[in-house]
Amino acid sequence: MAQAQTQTQSGHAAPTDRVTRIPLAFPKPVAWLICFGCALCLLLLFCISAAVLFWRGIGVWGNNIPVNWGLAISNYIWFLGIGHAGTLISAMLLLLEAHWRNSLNRFAEAMTLVAVICAGLYPILHLGRPWLFYWMAPYPNTMTIWPQFRSPLTWDFFAVLTYLTVSLLFWYIGIVPDLATTRDRAKKRGLQVFYGILALGWRGSARHWARWRQSYRLTAAIAVPLVVSVHSEISLLLAAGPMPGWTSTVFPPYFVLGAAFSGFAVVSMIAVVLRDVLGLKALVTERHLDLLGKFVLATGLMTAYGYCAEVFDALYSGDKQDLGTLMDRLTGRYAWSYWGAVLANFVPLQLLWLRWARRNPLCLFMVSAAVTVGMWFERYMLLVTTLYRDYLVSSWGNYHPSFWDWSLFAGMLGVFFVPFLLFVRFLPVISVFEIKEAKFEESEAQHA
Amino acid sequence: MREPSAGYPLFGLMAEFDRPESLIEAVKRSRDAGFRRIDAYSPFPIEELAEVLDFRDRRVAWLTLFGGLFGAAAGYGMQAWLHLDYPILVGSRPTITPQAFMLITFELTVLFAVLFSIGGMLVLNHLPKLHHPVFGVESFHLATRDKFFLIVFGHDEKFDPVQTRTFLESLDPVRVDVVRQTEEPA
Repeated sequence: MAQAQTQTQSGHAAPTDRVTRIPLAFPKPVAWLICFGCALCLLLLFCISAAVLFWRGIGVWGNNIPVNWGLAISNYIWFLGIGHAGTLISAMLLLLEAHWRNSLNRFAEAMTLVAVICAGLYPILHLGRPWLFYWMAPYPNTMTIWPQFRSPLTWDFFAVLTYLTVSLLFWYIGIVPDLATTRDRAKKRGLQVFYGILALGWRGSARHWARWRQSYRLTAAIAVPLVVSVHSEISLLLAAGPMPGWTSTVFPPYFVLGAAFSGFAVVSMIAVVLRDVLGLKALVTERHLDLLGKFVLATGLMTAYGYCAEVFDALYSGDKQDLGTLMDRLTGRYAWSYWGAVLANFVPLQLLWLRWARRNPLCLFMVSAAVTVGMWFERYMLLVTTLYRDYLVSSWGNYHPSFWDWSLFAGMLGVFFVPFLLFVRFLPVISVFEIKEAKFEESEAQHA
Repeated sequence: MREPSAGYPLFGLMAEFDRPESLIEAVKRSRDAGFRRIDAYSPFPIEELAEVLDFRDRRVAWLTLFGGLFGAAAGYGMQAWLHLDYPILVGSRPTITPQAFMLITFELTVLFAVLFSIGGMLVLNHLPKLHHPVFGVESFHLATRDKFFLIVFGHDEKFDPVQTRTFLESLDPVRVDVVRQTEEPA
């Protein structure tokens, strides 16, 4: 009996100590500093690029009529898509009681948050006068006018703002109990105060837990349709313009699934890196990689269906413009982006049918990296191949991203990595209390 | 349930347990013994604890519903009203267009449901509250790691510093501690 007791004790203590020791005594401080330094340089590049953009105007970018949505909007769609995986993993799998999610949800949600911030910055920077972005909000003003609520651009404002707020709150109330755990493990006064304030004085009272659980599950249930709505709304942003190639009815699910596909790929990459660097192989096991691989494969095949449906739609419509856009995609000037997307998204993906490939961290990482690049090609292809040749031959034109387009994109990676690296360094990256809860429930089920 | 105010000489008595099952059993027996003002602390949510504590507060769920309804009404109402206030006529389309208003209505429904749900949860839990008498117990920092605690509050009708202690010790805990009132800042 005594032995059994020590076992259950250590059963709960081991994962706690394994995760809380990371922010309190970081295992790889030098490697972290090097990464953080690089990320800070990228962030500096972002600031410079944004300053040049503000100072000299949108003309420093390559977009112009007819391709007036260049890298800024394709990157916006790409980043926001990546941000979808966190909420899907956290909310959907929570409601499905898939306990394995507990090892992944925290950093997936953190990734979502920073990705949505990157995404949200793009449309603002893309405005001709970014400092007036608050005109999108309905507020009483001296001009006595209101936003056009029927415009997808206004929908965008509400959708991204809601998504950001809900993701932030969901992530925060999910991390509060673990912040309390870190607070109670911290030895230094400064750290105790830091985690103490962030933990809001959480003490694990049964009544608190009961209310917390109601709130957490309800938020999760509401977040799932929210995720679906956000990327559907983005596809409507395209569909509202009567452009060939943007009016297929498969667009909303095609965008949502593509978003989940790229997001799961990024979560897989982060999982592979974190478990290795932070010594979390006991919590993020090969089984987790296996399941992530299956998710990437499944959402990838659904995205492939979207590609087929899109081609079918153009052929079936028989519309000259739609067929023209299809031919432009397959053989036109920007055909590299179409074939790049097809090759990078779906060819390496087929490896994930094999069990060893899903369980091999390096292999999963490489496939996911290919998918991330491939989905970037797809977003680029969807915008540029449609816009560069529309109905009138007189309005045909080409698009070349300029230096400042690329520098802003590189800098945006700094906006992504700086907060994410701070999260990895200072906050509990894995949801320990949910792992303990699952452990307890499993042992209950065994005894019952 | 309110916790004891500073007027009570003792905040309560706290028993520490090693295993979640022991805590659930202890809560059951305390309820059977007639204690009503009790609480339990655990490192992770345990559904059974809420049941044995007879916790039946559904206000968070109602608040979420209310927030959702409020958001939906505010979202749709705002768009309809502002379009009436400043009609934008495009190709003689109607001023009030429910289909086009639905997305923002949906987003605000979600936003307010979540704000009310999480805000309500924090307010009903009296959080943030950075300090609390239970933090004065020496081993309480393990409540977020792998220990389980039961407290009988000092304002329970059956509370008696000596007898309650004897009762708690009969539950086979690791130890029983006195939870003192913390001094309020002047």
